[in-house]
Amino acid sequence: MEKIIFYILSATILSLSLMSVLSRKLLRSAVYLFGVLTAIAGFYFLIGYHFLGAVQLTVYAGGIVVLIIFSILLTHEIDHQMPTPDWSRVAVAGALCVAGAVMFVQLLQGSLFSRVEAPEQSDLNTVGNTLLNPGGGGYLLPFEVVSILLLAVMIGAIVIAKQRHSVDNSSPEKQAP
Amino acid sequence: MIPGVSLIEILTVSTLMFFIGVYGFLTRKNLITILMSLELMLNGAAINFVAFNKYLYPGQPNGQLFALFLIAVAACEVALAIAIVINLYRKIKAVDVEQVNTLKH
Repeated sequence: MEKIIFYILSATILSLSLMSVLSRKLLRSAVYLFGVLTAIAGFYFLIGYHFLGAVQLTVYAGGIVVLIIFSILLTHEIDHQMPTPDWSRVAVAGALCVAGAVMFVQLLQGSLFSRVEAPEQSDLNTVGNTLLNPGGGGYLLPFEVVSILLLAVMIGAIVIAKQRHSVDNSSPEKQAP
Repeated sequence: MIPGVSLIEILTVSTLMFFIGVYGFLTRKNLITILMSLELMLNGAAINFVAFNKYLYPGQPNGQLFALFLIAVAACEVALAIAIVINLYRKIKAVDVEQVNTLKH
């Protein structure tokens, strides 16, 4: 049963990500990306990491995709069609990616990962204790660094996206005589 | 672990997803679609972390925490990139990489 669900999920992930990369309509591409991220959250739930799946759903599928769709709607027409990329660029990129994928999959087939049998400790208690443990093996310092990074990004995004009314003398309206 | 599914299959899926992202990154010209391809690549890496944690080190939550930090950093990156895109659109009315040749203040 889990095997069938895994195959359905991986088929969804691969086909939707391919469609998201190939689609010429911008908004549709973002919706395909939403499907990919939701399927990945389903994969996390399937593998048993419920907290990570919930975070993926809320932050990625709920936050990042909405942000991307907002920016698309702010900067494009709703049925904006992108021009098809040049033939040479598609050929070079496709050859590069197919070669890389074939090489990596070939390398994977030869490798022997021996599965480790150990008691499962993936409940929320373990995650929280490891995340906030300042001692050995704990992740308290990265946690604090990420929180400072989030604060810095918040301030940075406000400063970058803020409209400058008086000090801006490089905008095209003011340069025109 | 998922019964009946080996680690190799999960890694194959994440590899293919990563290279689909690379293809989009190389062929697209719109800044927002480049950002979306970047998200695909990051998610492929996150699947790798989670699969290795589940199959090789089931007693520790380390890979899960790496994936959590990856999600946080990706959220930061998207927020900054969207701010830059909107500011750029306000200045030059375009978000194609070929028309963006100035990041000067």
